Amino acid sequence: MTIAPAPVRADDPGTEEVTNPDLPWVVIVWNDPVNLMSYVTYVFQKLFGYSKEKATKLMLDVHHKGRAVVSSGPRERAELDVFRLHEHGLWATMEHDT
Amino acid sequence: MARRRFAFAGGGEVKVRIAREERQVLRGLPAQLRQLMDEDPDDPAVRRLFPPAYRQRPDHEQEYRRLMGDDLRERRLAALAAMEETVDADVLTAEQASGWLRALNDLRLVLGTRLDVQDDTFAHEIDEADPRAPALALYGYLSVLEEELVEALAEGV
Repeated sequence: MTIAPAPVRADDPGTEEVTNPDLPWVVIVWNDPVNLMSYVTYVFQKLFGYSKEKATKLMLDVHHKGRAVVSSGPRERAELDVFRLHEHGLWATMEHDT
Repeated sequence: MARRRFAFAGGGEVKVRIAREERQVLRGLPAQLRQLMDEDPDDPAVRRLFPPAYRQRPDHEQEYRRLMGDDLRERRLAALAAMEETVDADVLTAEQASGWLRALNDLRLVLGTRLDVQDDTFAHEIDEADPRAPALALYGYLSVLEEELVEALAEGV
């Protein structure tokens, strides 16, 4: 599935990859049959400040590919992201990027 | 088309237009979920609210549980309390609306896990003779409600 490319704004983080080789932990959200697509998109926007376009793309990756990397960082940061995703009922895990 | 039950009101506030009989349905739900969390923490539907953070590192997972488990539980209980205390409200603050959103989602997660809801569960009309029909109808209603709340909140992003 494809979606229209997002208009690029100077403050738009949406055109960057979410993974960074210097920040070795990745946070993964897994697909589940209960969470609403609109809700998942909204949670990505709210928690990570992602644009609607980027949040929608990540949500569709979760929906169609079964999982998506939604953030990365040092372990403590990744753990906090996982906690906030769990708080919102998303099925999130973290692992060391290899 | 039915009038939407939630409307973005600016300043993060959300207007609520839920019929009285629907509020009666919602009123008792937070207490039911709280009771289930208290009495049966090992129920698979309750466990769905506390998923593992680490899949391959039991040592890290244990530490995560120890450090974050109580906080996660507190946040869930606070969301249920926010919905319970404002079930008759006409306007929700941003924080109350966030509580409603997470409470509605938690109720759907628990109910959906109990009912083994799958992507195609609602592809066909629910058979009224199905013993799960009333619970599926409640799940469907909560889904509509949550969708409408997300729509209202997304306007404020």
